[in-house]
Amino acid sequence: MSSVRVLVGTRKGAFILSADGKRAKWDVRGPFFGGWPVYHMKGSPADPNRIYASQCSDWFGQIIQRSDDGGKTWDTPGGGIEFTPGTMPKGLSNRFVYDTSAETGKALTTHQWYDGTQHPWEFKRVWHLEPLGTDPQTVFAGVEDAALFRTTDGAQTWHELPGLRGHSSGPRWSPGAGGMCLHTILFDPGDPRRIYIAISAAGAFRSDDGGKSWKPINRGLKSPYLPDQTAEVGHCVHHIAMHRTRPGVLFMQKHWDVMRSDDAGDSWREISGNLPTDFGFVIDVHAHEPETIYVVPIKSDSEHYPLDGKLGVYRSRTGGNEWEALTKGLPQRDCYVNVLRDAMAVDSLDSCGVYFGTTGGQVYASPDAGDTWAPIVRDLPAVLSVEVQTLP
Amino acid sequence: MIRVQLPAHLRTLAHVEGEVNLQVEGRVTQRSVLDALEAVYPALRGTIRDHVTQQRRPYLRFYACAEDLSLDSPDSPLPDAVATAAEPFLIIGAIAGG
Repeated sequence: MSSVRVLVGTRKGAFILSADGKRAKWDVRGPFFGGWPVYHMKGSPADPNRIYASQCSDWFGQIIQRSDDGGKTWDTPGGGIEFTPGTMPKGLSNRFVYDTSAETGKALTTHQWYDGTQHPWEFKRVWHLEPLGTDPQTVFAGVEDAALFRTTDGAQTWHELPGLRGHSSGPRWSPGAGGMCLHTILFDPGDPRRIYIAISAAGAFRSDDGGKSWKPINRGLKSPYLPDQTAEVGHCVHHIAMHRTRPGVLFMQKHWDVMRSDDAGDSWREISGNLPTDFGFVIDVHAHEPETIYVVPIKSDSEHYPLDGKLGVYRSRTGGNEWEALTKGLPQRDCYVNVLRDAMAVDSLDSCGVYFGTTGGQVYASPDAGDTWAPIVRDLPAVLSVEVQTLP
Repeated sequence: MIRVQLPAHLRTLAHVEGEVNLQVEGRVTQRSVLDALEAVYPALRGTIRDHVTQQRRPYLRFYACAEDLSLDSPDSPLPDAVATAAEPFLIIGAIAGG
């Protein structure tokens, strides 16, 4: 019988929630890496027992953890105890170093700071890990300050794909309230050269050559907080989702506005429709219905909680514009949690399961595509990310 | 032998309990102690000082013999009591945040 494994990153550690295909009884393991923020965990589609985790703190910096047994045990790739002092340390799994000029050794560019001045790029943390679908050793990492890194040796070493940060618009990228993070990485299942990424607050970008070069794909986005509301870059894109059978169709939750593109990001149109508010962070697509999408409306950018204290997932079965509230099993009074951008995921069982985590520490599951909800856990630390593995 | 006390999170990361005992060749300085520590426990590389600049991470401090050595040159000799293992070299995390 199939089963699911929900990977939850929180402010104070990681948790793994497991259930059989009924998704009624859950086993909760953790905390792993207790006390550390875990921004993201994701399993390899090529080897579900291979899971990568981004563990980080202001004190000790970035750590990359890897499990080869489905999360039972973890280690820092290449970071094991070395019994031969005097030799070069091998622990490079947490080394994320931006490319610099080969001639001067200095940074290639700067980016825009909150106050409009130029600011040096500074690595802070890994926000998102995206293992390649065909190779468990290859993983892309989206980091803050916004850049894309890749490992091809199972996270022992990381190297920047500098074409993104080196884009001519780089000096115009600026941080959103959560920092200048590269939070979304999507691979086109039909074209290994095509990659989409998104950055707060720069916008969305696409590569058609495997990550060497990039183009901004923000036409149609409108952001009132920008001097030029339809600028090429500067938009605060919160998350992008795609159905694997239609990689040219993208759905975006922007700072405000829910958007859709039917031409691989070349142009976008608004699909907020009848949403009660179109601010939010998460967006995801049903595993079997490419026109069924989910968002969690949040009141506003200064009030990061649901409208009127009522938590609701909204579903559109028409690819946007027409939305229905899904509230059965979710708190409908006195609820003031947020759902952060990487904290929603779907499984691929016949009856698609939908999952999301809140800053109040609840992880909710719906085994019936959003019709009904129940908490798997209620009292975790603030949830930063939720991913799901569907296991045979 | 040099005695080093790590913050709890770094002990977990390095899979050690209690103090770490290190052999340090030559002069005993912050740099030589941290070099030896990272050589034995590569998982700690980048957690105490930056990978590239080798600067101490801002939320960490270095103490020994009831003195704050954080702002000393990384190449200054550590106190004799550290070099002789009478006292440990302390790596302390700042009390900040939640």
